[in-house]
Amino acid sequence: MNVRISPTAMTQAPESVFSVPGMRCAGCISKLEKGLALVPGILAARVNFTAKRVTISHTPALAIPELQSALAELGFEAQPIGSVLALSDGAESRDLVRAMAVAGFGMMNVMLFSVSVWSGADGTTRDLFHWLSAIIALPVIAYAGRPFFRSAWRALSKGRTNMDVPISIGVILASALSLYETIIGGEHAYFDGAVMLLFFLLTGRWLDAVMRDRARDGVTALLRSTASGALVQTPDGGTQWLAASALSPSMVMHVAAGERLAADGVILSGRSHFDRSLLTGESVPVAAGVGDKALAGTLNVSGPISIAITAAGSDTAIADIARLMEEAGQSRSRYVRIADRAARFYAPAVHTLALASFAGWMIAGAGWHASLLIAVAVLIITCPCALGLAVPAAQIVAAGALMRAGVLVKDGSALERLAEADHAVFDKTGTLTLGRPEPRNLDRLAPIQQSLTLALAQSSRHPLSEALRRALSDRGIVPVAISDVRETPGEGMTALWNGKPVRLGRPATASGDMATALQIGDAAATTIFFTDPLRPGAEQAIVDLTELGLPASILSGDSPEAVAKIADTLRIPARAGMLPAEKCAAIAAEAARGAHILMVGDGLNDGPALAAGHVSMAPASASDASQNAADAVFLGDSLAPVATAVRVARATQRIVRQNFALAIGYNIVAVPLAISGQVTPLVAALAMSGSSIIVIANALRLRTSAQ
Amino acid sequence: MNGLALLIPVALFLGLGGLGVFFWTLRSGQYDDLDGAAVRILLDDDDDDA
Repeated sequence: MNVRISPTAMTQAPESVFSVPGMRCAGCISKLEKGLALVPGILAARVNFTAKRVTISHTPALAIPELQSALAELGFEAQPIGSVLALSDGAESRDLVRAMAVAGFGMMNVMLFSVSVWSGADGTTRDLFHWLSAIIALPVIAYAGRPFFRSAWRALSKGRTNMDVPISIGVILASALSLYETIIGGEHAYFDGAVMLLFFLLTGRWLDAVMRDRARDGVTALLRSTASGALVQTPDGGTQWLAASALSPSMVMHVAAGERLAADGVILSGRSHFDRSLLTGESVPVAAGVGDKALAGTLNVSGPISIAITAAGSDTAIADIARLMEEAGQSRSRYVRIADRAARFYAPAVHTLALASFAGWMIAGAGWHASLLIAVAVLIITCPCALGLAVPAAQIVAAGALMRAGVLVKDGSALERLAEADHAVFDKTGTLTLGRPEPRNLDRLAPIQQSLTLALAQSSRHPLSEALRRALSDRGIVPVAISDVRETPGEGMTALWNGKPVRLGRPATASGDMATALQIGDAAATTIFFTDPLRPGAEQAIVDLTELGLPASILSGDSPEAVAKIADTLRIPARAGMLPAEKCAAIAAEAARGAHILMVGDGLNDGPALAAGHVSMAPASASDASQNAADAVFLGDSLAPVATAVRVARATQRIVRQNFALAIGYNIVAVPLAISGQVTPLVAALAMSGSSIIVIANALRLRTSAQ
Repeated sequence: MNGLALLIPVALFLGLGGLGVFFWTLRSGQYDDLDGAAVRILLDDDDDDA
């Protein structure tokens, strides 16, 4: 299935990575890989189905736009993934899985000897088995324990303590004491306990890392670069495709209708309308002509233009918003995760307990050796094995359930903060509404008019044409054959149908850009109107959120009239005409009053507000900056996943609390046993694995929580 | 006891072998596209280069 290529071609050929969200089945894989391999210049294509990505190695002559159109010809909408958005390579989770595999191997083999010792091996056999255990366990602990030792050392050197401090001390003390026991031919060695502890804890860590990687991959797959580059005029009069990062002021870029601008600039020639919703939230495109300014991130709607670049890269208006976002995000980094909050009490308690048992037995006259054994038993028993699994196990199961329901949660802390939210704030354009025009009165068209409209619309990349094509194809309309198709920028499409001239384009009565007219021959034109409709499920989602105790409101950058219409339909309060900084300030003011705000937004103008909210969500259609700022991304058109996510986050928090209660309950039983010196390595091993399994089983109950 | 002298090295060797193979699968990227592997089996590729 993968196309073989010579190793030399492999090393020289540039590779481009595209995100292809539309691949759904085995057929798509072979269609992509085989279809692309047939394109001249493409050496090989390899699909990663999990990440919905295709990696194409090609000759340097092929540029991003050509590859993109090759993908489009195969029927797949693809977005280039720039090198700027460094893909997660999963290095952290791979390190953890390696440590986990080593710990698992060590645990099984040490258990092999431990079981024989427990079942009565003694004398030389026991000593031999202890020595063999030590030979296996010590390197395993040194390797698999590194993540904990490192993190514990980092915390200690800053004068703080975390969950890893008692773990590290417990494991190191237990190994050292067991080694001593082995040397003097003693009865109990805790190698099995120490290795098992590491194995279970690493499982928890790994689950946590996998969850972050998976969500990050999912989000990268959806990233829509504002514009990955532009067609730039070269000194010799030709044109060349340059990546956005290579653009600089004084260059002239050509932007076709339907393309996003990659840099700020002044229009040199051409007239067009610009969709600035990404920057301001305004839903109606704004007209601009020669001499007017055009901003990066806006969508050129109607005609081809050339622009003299005035600012590129970090100097653009977009970059200012990004800076605002970075500042706003700092408050969120102060959030302390529930496991770390627990560790603040847990670590000192455990240390005090172990120290007290040691001191107690010393005073009782048990001798330092016996007292130390008991203290180590206390440390091992209280080590937060179940506690370390309690949170990640519940969160990864919940995140998996949410992913199936169409919500990608970026990390565990997002779920915790989502459960705390008590207000929901929505953006309007693109969040409550779909953010794309939908034809409103297609039913008024006769079937033949619909077929004709589709035939004309499918030859154009104008957003209104694309809306028509989508809507009509969904109705199962088949286009009729037309000839002499011609597109006049800013005017529309003309063609011949059965010898009669037909036209789809700007209506005679200029009523803004959200309408188009279909004219057949000399007959009167039929006007098709467009609206930006509410997302399906929006009303229900608002009702659900209110029932969950999250009253909703709207903060929008759009005009008051446009906002009022939506606010009235949904019966929620709204504030209109807000700049990105004002939105951010409004959220910060609410937060200062103690509210935990769930911000839902999509545009770049919502970015700072998304970062300022206690927790935030963005639709998959959002700008990449907003998807990066948001804690969770929901797929599809429906708004229902927002309420689902809140419900699941709360269910997760309930399970996490139950898991904590289970872990603490287990400690209440086991710690007195350990302090009284009743805990042998066998009891420790049973207690540890038993409590871990119970905690995981409890977490698995979340599997169906998103249904 | 003699049996143990043979069985313990054998057990350890097998375990280490499994660990080594797992590391190899990890390094060669066999877990990079789990969903893809699941659907690729459905492809009817009978041509030679597949």
